[in-house]
Amino acid sequence: MKSLAELQEIRNRALNQVNLRKERADGIRVVVGMATCGIAAGARPVLNAFVREVEARNLTDVMVTQTGCIGMCRLEPIVEVYVPGQEKVTYVHMTEDKVARVVAEHIINNRPVTEYTVGSETK
Amino acid sequence: MKELSLHILDIAENSVKAKASLIEISVCEDCKKNLLTICINDNGCGMSEDFLKKVKDPFSTTRTTRRVGMGLSLFEAAAEQCGGRLEILSTQGVGTSVTVTFQQNHIDRAPLGDMAGTMQTLIGGAPDIDFIYRHIKDGRDFVLDTRAMRETLGDIPLNTPDVILWIGDYVNEGINELN
Repeated sequence: MKSLAELQEIRNRALNQVNLRKERADGIRVVVGMATCGIAAGARPVLNAFVREVEARNLTDVMVTQTGCIGMCRLEPIVEVYVPGQEKVTYVHMTEDKVARVVAEHIINNRPVTEYTVGSETK
Repeated sequence: MKELSLHILDIAENSVKAKASLIEISVCEDCKKNLLTICINDNGCGMSEDFLKKVKDPFSTTRTTRRVGMGLSLFEAAAEQCGGRLEILSTQGVGTSVTVTFQQNHIDRAPLGDMAGTMQTLIGGAPDIDFIYRHIKDGRDFVLDTRAMRETLGDIPLNTPDVILWIGDYVNEGINELN
């Protein structure tokens, strides 16, 4: 039975954590499009999958955020990955299943998954 | 949209953009009256009378990337398909209120869907805004109030992953209890 009391435990655990998640200006940003087009196309599970994956792998310098319409509605769900010092990579037609690969290959190993990007889509 | 919870997410995001500090979402299922009512109220910047008159038109939007804003239109269409309607009231500088009704048992009424997911996405994306989600079914109710959560959490942000997970479980359990 869930209760507000459990939040007290969460607070205690969070206070004891040495590796607190800091929002660094120089960290990696993952931006998920969440306008009407994105939501209708299925962006909510993609966003939640990124949050879970980043958390599971303890990537404390990665920030997952939402944005409005990116302007290419027919390609939603769209996810933009900004790695400092590099060009932004735009993933299109994202699904929950593709998230693990993007996190493992691009975010951790710095190899963008080109077949998911907008470049491959518009051929 | 496949579920009403996605419409709610969409419209509540408008409230976030309107810089609201408190967003109240209520879902009321009244089986005797065969009525499903969804309300999204905020204390954001509101709209002028002129903009309010044409806000349901998809070609009226505050977006700058496109000249089309479909959130309200899609929600209204979904309601009208089920014998209901969408009403929007707003006062500039005070806030906006969107009320949508559906015939509960209408064959075309989409399921309410994953409200836990919607609340997780809203609170995770705007952890400094207060949300009250109230779900009423035939007289019994369930409430999620971020203000109460903050009392316990202190300065631990609401978008801490453990908190987001807790919100998901709490909402799912609460709604299951009502059913």
